[in-house]
Amino acid sequence: MPLRLLSFAVFLATWWIGSLILGDAKLPAPPAVLAVATAEAKSGALFLHLGATLARVTLAFVLAMTLGSALGYLMGRVRLADRLGDPWLILLLNLPALVVIVLAYIWAGLTEVAAIAAIAINKLPTAVVTLREGARALDPALDEMAVAFAMPRARAFRHVVLPQLVPYIAAAARSGLSLVWKIVLVAELLGRPNGVGFEIGVAFQLFDIPRLLTYSLSFAAVVLLIETALVQPFELRLSRWRLRAA
Amino acid sequence: MQLDVDIAGKAFTNAAGERHDVLARVNFSLHAGEVGVFVGPSGCGKSTMLRILAGLDRDFQGQVSRPSQARIGMVFQEPRLLPWRSVEDNVRLAAPLADEAKLKALFVELELQAHRSHFPGELSLGLARRVALARAFAVDPDFLILDEPLASLDHALAARLREQIADLVTGRPVMTLLVTHDLDDAVRLGDRLFLLSPRPARIVREVRISTPRTARSKADFDRIKADLARPGIAER
Repeated sequence: MPLRLLSFAVFLATWWIGSLILGDAKLPAPPAVLAVATAEAKSGALFLHLGATLARVTLAFVLAMTLGSALGYLMGRVRLADRLGDPWLILLLNLPALVVIVLAYIWAGLTEVAAIAAIAINKLPTAVVTLREGARALDPALDEMAVAFAMPRARAFRHVVLPQLVPYIAAAARSGLSLVWKIVLVAELLGRPNGVGFEIGVAFQLFDIPRLLTYSLSFAAVVLLIETALVQPFELRLSRWRLRAA
Repeated sequence: MQLDVDIAGKAFTNAAGERHDVLARVNFSLHAGEVGVFVGPSGCGKSTMLRILAGLDRDFQGQVSRPSQARIGMVFQEPRLLPWRSVEDNVRLAAPLADEAKLKALFVELELQAHRSHFPGELSLGLARRVALARAFAVDPDFLILDEPLASLDHALAARLREQIADLVTGRPVMTLLVTHDLDDAVRLGDRLFLLSPRPARIVREVRISTPRTARSKADFDRIKADLARPGIAER
């Protein structure tokens, strides 16, 4: 914990020194940003926009993780599924996020559904790829054990297969969350009337840097909070059977 | 309950595309209450045969008929425990029907009581092997398969575990198949010994031990071992 505080202090110090060198117009000092943040928080706008973005992130993330994990597992285990799915996977992996978002807005209108679907489609292929690797790395020796002891499929999946996939699911979730966070802003910038991305778009047009920093840093703080309060304890719980590295 | 085995052959193709014969003709049957022991040089295809008999490998020529409702308890060469489940959960997951009294008796017999809540990563190999044994016995098997359960343990521990296995098999109406390359295991535990040839494996000789397991003395062991070691026999 002291180390984390120290690294936060280093961050603040660097920012402050940077603002002294570059000047307030390009990089406002921390107190200026804090004042804007307080005002935005008091009016409730900050929480409204953060909430809207967070809701989109949650929905798109859950959608992509569920669908992506299922598809990846299937492709890792069934050869035919892998052969059929692979070209689509390569296409989706390399399709720029911007193309997906613009097409989604054109085809489905400037709607919430279009935004969430576009974000989910961007995250989907990375989840598929990671889970496919996980399914390929499953230990056949443990599968045999489950078969020899006639474990019912559901029990074998929960106790034999799923724990082996956990590190891959965690990796997909970790990289996926950061990807979704980046893309959601683009989707909001292009076609939503609220959310952090929309606010940043407005701040860009007005060249309002304190507001821009307020919204980006608030969301970074939310992401950090989710990571430390939810994701990391969850990973720790799932991997408690591993011996601690010395 | 009876196991009838008539394997005509088993081959596999390796990554380089070469075909290898692992098993030649293997033909025997085993009744409930009998312990059959396969003794053979390492790499002769014993484990492959056990996998066929356990129904894990269906890609072979010939026939294996075992009662379809037979519960299988298997001890693999490596313990094959779930590293993310405690010792107790490992056993319970394989044997959901076993009640607490039965589990307790097994854990006491195998001296695992103190390790119930440990994870497999915290156990020595000897302990992990005992957990694998507990798991196999907890399912109340009709057909017990032991694939070198004592390999790579030190002598004293192997001897103790051997006695524990003997106690566990005695008095249970179970068909048992044990694979080993250790003659001590074979003469202490087996009722019928099948000596296998090098790869592709076939049964070169069958030895029946008529003295009941509990009544065998040191002299009996030595006599049977001397008989097994008679020159020329194994090569026939």
